Amino acid sequence: MLVALFFYLFATVLIASSVMVVSAKNPVHAVLFLILAFFNAAGLFVLLGAEFLAMILVVVYVGAVMVLFLFVVMMLDVNFAELRAGVLRYLPIGLIVGLILLFELVFVVGAWVTAPQLASDAPTPPPSEVSNTEALGRLLYTDYVYLFQAAGLILLVAMIGAIILTLHHRRDVKRQNISDQVARSPETAIEVVKVETGRGLQ
Amino acid sequence: MTIGLSHYLTLAAVLFTIGVFGIFLNRKNVIVILMSIERLLLAVNVNLVAFSSFQGDLVGQIFTLIVLTVAAAEAAIGLAIVVVYFRNRGTIDVADIDHLKG
Repeated sequence: MLVALFFYLFATVLIASSVMVVSAKNPVHAVLFLILAFFNAAGLFVLLGAEFLAMILVVVYVGAVMVLFLFVVMMLDVNFAELRAGVLRYLPIGLIVGLILLFELVFVVGAWVTAPQLASDAPTPPPSEVSNTEALGRLLYTDYVYLFQAAGLILLVAMIGAIILTLHHRRDVKRQNISDQVARSPETAIEVVKVETGRGLQ
Repeated sequence: MTIGLSHYLTLAAVLFTIGVFGIFLNRKNVIVILMSIERLLLAVNVNLVAFSSFQGDLVGQIFTLIVLTVAAAEAAIGLAIVVVYFRNRGTIDVADIDHLKG
């Protein structure tokens, strides 16, 4: 009963905040509503017994990806009202496509059956013996270690790509040159000048 | 009243639909399109975790982990491209992105 209550709570807030993401005028509000949506999805994951993924969702999505979105939205000086100009024109076709897609998906959900001879490759151990995180780790670092390494490579490539794309060197800014500073010696830094009395330095 | 697999599948279907609807509605704003794509992936993840939980098979959660990784990488690259594009053109309107047309 409590599970059902929480499911409907999380689901309602999730769908409502998703609608708000789509319809929000201010993109900062859209990002914040998306953060709310991810928090509720994490709650649903906890209900499903996937605690590790719930925490990953909060840490990686809310903590990293959404903050990245927030940074970009705040950094770019874009006239967002101008970008929303044609919204009403696109509303009918969006609704039609969305409704058709929704009906298709609901029909799929309604007609879905499991093959009776289906055998599980990695049955979930009972939560009383092995925690979700440990069970996932046992599976991820043994059977799926290549997938795990590939995921790491994807992140590495994404990191290098993002840095190379956004790093630009401005020529008109004076920068500190460490090697020049270290290479200075008293001979190059100080000049001793003999000043004649009463004449000053010419 | 028990919450079954079909509840979660329906929820994911609604989420997916809202994501597609968002792409159609905000077809000028790249950032909102990227956020809609994130939500499409979230809907798929809800599906995978629900199946994993109700079938008692952990592989679904492994796959969700991989999907999360790829989604994070995609968001980082996408936003980097948006920043570079904005630096060069001063706009992020999708209709203006036609430099490669020649």
